[in-house]
Amino acid sequence: MGPGSFIEPIIVLAPLLAAVIAGLGQRFIGDKPAMALTTGVLGLSLALSLYTFVDYVWLGGEARLIELFKFIDVGGFTSTWSIRIDTMSVIMLVVVTSVSFLVHLYSWGYMAEDPHRARFFAYLSFFTFAMLALVTANDFLQMFFGWEGVGVASYLLIGFWYDKRSANDAAIKAFVVNRVGDFGFALGIMACFFLYGSIRFDEVFAAAAANPGLVLDLNIFQLPAIEAVCALLFIGAMGKSAQFFLHVWLPDAMEGPTPVSALIHAATMVTAGVFMVCRCSALYEMAPYSAAFVTIVGAVTALFAATVGLAQNDIKRVVAYSTCSQLGYMFFAAGVGAYGAAMFHLFTHAFFKALLFLGAGSVIHGLHHEQDLRFMGGVRKPMVLTWAMMLIGTLALTGVGIPGTQFGFAGFFSKDAIIESAFAAGETGRTFAEFAFWCGITAAFLTSFYSWRLMFMAFEGKFRPNPHAHHDDHAHADDHGRKDARHDARHKPADGVAPAHESPSVMTVPLIALAVGAVLAGFIFAPYFQGVHAESFWRGAIERVHDPLNPPAAAHAPAAAEAAHAAPAGGHGADAEGGHGEDGHGEGGHHVPKWVLWAPFFVTLAGFVLAIPIYFMSSTAGAAIARAFAPLNAFLQRKWYFDELYDFVFVKGARALGDFFWKTVDKRVIDGLGPDGFASVSKFTARQMRKTQTGFVYHYSFFMLIAVAAIGAYAIWAGGGMR
Amino acid sequence: MQIGLEHYLAVAAALFTIGVFGIFVNRKNIIIILMSIELVLLSVNINLVAFSSFLGNIEGQIFAMFVLTVAAAEAAVGLAILVTYFRNRGDIAVEDLNLMKG
Repeated sequence: MGPGSFIEPIIVLAPLLAAVIAGLGQRFIGDKPAMALTTGVLGLSLALSLYTFVDYVWLGGEARLIELFKFIDVGGFTSTWSIRIDTMSVIMLVVVTSVSFLVHLYSWGYMAEDPHRARFFAYLSFFTFAMLALVTANDFLQMFFGWEGVGVASYLLIGFWYDKRSANDAAIKAFVVNRVGDFGFALGIMACFFLYGSIRFDEVFAAAAANPGLVLDLNIFQLPAIEAVCALLFIGAMGKSAQFFLHVWLPDAMEGPTPVSALIHAATMVTAGVFMVCRCSALYEMAPYSAAFVTIVGAVTALFAATVGLAQNDIKRVVAYSTCSQLGYMFFAAGVGAYGAAMFHLFTHAFFKALLFLGAGSVIHGLHHEQDLRFMGGVRKPMVLTWAMMLIGTLALTGVGIPGTQFGFAGFFSKDAIIESAFAAGETGRTFAEFAFWCGITAAFLTSFYSWRLMFMAFEGKFRPNPHAHHDDHAHADDHGRKDARHDARHKPADGVAPAHESPSVMTVPLIALAVGAVLAGFIFAPYFQGVHAESFWRGAIERVHDPLNPPAAAHAPAAAEAAHAAPAGGHGADAEGGHGEDGHGEGGHHVPKWVLWAPFFVTLAGFVLAIPIYFMSSTAGAAIARAFAPLNAFLQRKWYFDELYDFVFVKGARALGDFFWKTVDKRVIDGLGPDGFASVSKFTARQMRKTQTGFVYHYSFFMLIAVAAIGAYAIWAGGGMR
Repeated sequence: MQIGLEHYLAVAAALFTIGVFGIFVNRKNIIIILMSIELVLLSVNINLVAFSSFLGNIEGQIFAMFVLTVAAAEAAVGLAILVTYFRNRGDIAVEDLNLMKG
């Protein structure tokens, strides 16, 4: 236990402490100190994370495990609260703390006029803590804790503006849809413990590798244990990462404040599913059917979300569907075995998608909380810095770069790696990899098209004011702060320039920082995630045996690798390994034909070129096309009618079932046979009995006579007859 | 034909039955009910006297005298109630005498 072992607990636990102090103590310390505290603590956390990352990757830091305390220790079941430091977790530490810190900073500007700022910052910090607990987990239970913690934080932050009905609905929807996934995840964890007797990652992987033929016997049917576990865990990932069928909550989650969308619903929480699948790559490599399932779901999501993104008019929803689509990319990368590429895309995506969201937030902020693209336009002039940053984000998202060289934005390296991996995996006969490849190519085209549509509609052309301009409370509160600037802006309209204002520097600085990441993250880290240094970078944190582009040296020819390790005379061991990696990468280019390398480039270009005449040169062409293909447009705009379908099947279905149980089972059967039944039977009997009470004396006396006769007859019979 | 106990009993039973039916079947006049009650009591008296003579035991005849007394008292009380009732309701039709209905 050196001094280093204090660093990791501080990274993870400091945000929790800040959240508690800011959340519970805001009345005593006030808003500004609460905000300063959480932001400062996140800054500390970020600095320590960066130190850990640098130390681990370049300065020879070891993969290590810091056990803080026993969480549960019952019988054979142990769960330890621990901090696991390896490649996976250091990547995520940097991603989470950096985006979180920048979002904290950004929120100083974005939430400046909100009366509940301290609460907002406390939630953000709590979210960060939960996410860090998730990524540093060493067993499934701690991961589940973090998983649920980020779910709660997400719920609280989506519904942050609790006086907005749509926000509350969206929060509940997110929570409920996530429950579906989490149920699968919990079942997966239980299955792990049931089958392998442990929930610690290493032990589960070892046990699974030791018993490949283990069978989960469900009496009715039998499943291969590994497939069952992987499929269940992936259902959890589907919920958290908004994959096809469980994606419906993510677009609605945009009801929350924009910094939340950037942090939780783009950069970190939604990638937890990808992280989990990569963390369990050792399991998924042994489960071909589950991996194929992951591939299909990922590929379909990538394509589906991209098509929906074409027709959305809410600037945040376009970006949200883009997120959904990019998550699909990550999943099918993991599904075809390219876990490195999946993590790489997660890493780069965090920067450029957070950038896009914060940029969109900046535009929304500048336009008095106008979110509808149809009522934007001409924003570039007043908000040139935001425009430039959004442009970088768009270039990174669409993956602009020159194939075969090392020049490109972040998305170029990671997305092309994924697409090429899918192709290469298809060549080797991996199930559905080819399907994923074509989905990926198509989605890349659509991504480019809708991204440029967003850019052109928001920033170019003439300002199109909203005819039903609404001034909700927030806009109003906002106005208050910068009354003068706003009024000036409003009084000089009509020349086609939007009455917007550039955001304060506390908002633009995070944009610039993220833009730097969006430009450089791919270029700098491509050799580590994918290429030359991959071997020494991953150090076995993910299973790379079937990585289609870039398998570990040992996978090619174990013996040769052995030899390579031993043969090159002293001092060249590391070089030899690196050389191998380079071979792998260099050949990576040769593994896939030239046209595959260039395909993403050309479809991206095609999307850009196609968007120009429709949205840049003309202000009406887009709407005209939408009208011409009205049914298709409606289909896309209503998100393939998923909400309607779910409403019909699940909401209406649940309601009908409830009605059935209420009206038929409870009202009719239970009440009918129970209380109401007794009541009506006694009432009926009483009514019948009452009829005998006529009030006529002769009736009474008649009964008396009959009764006397009957009793007499009985007495005679019982007494043995007449003696 | 020797007149025996059975004949007396048969007459008494017939009288009793007539009396009882007079109570039940009669729908018109409450005075008829009172008269029917007298008939029932008379049939009982006939039984008492017949058994007294048959068994050579005087007690039955003594009891018959009591019954006659009670019957006379009952008739007096009954008629008195009837008069009061008529004064109150103006009618003594049996069909309308259902104040005891719950």
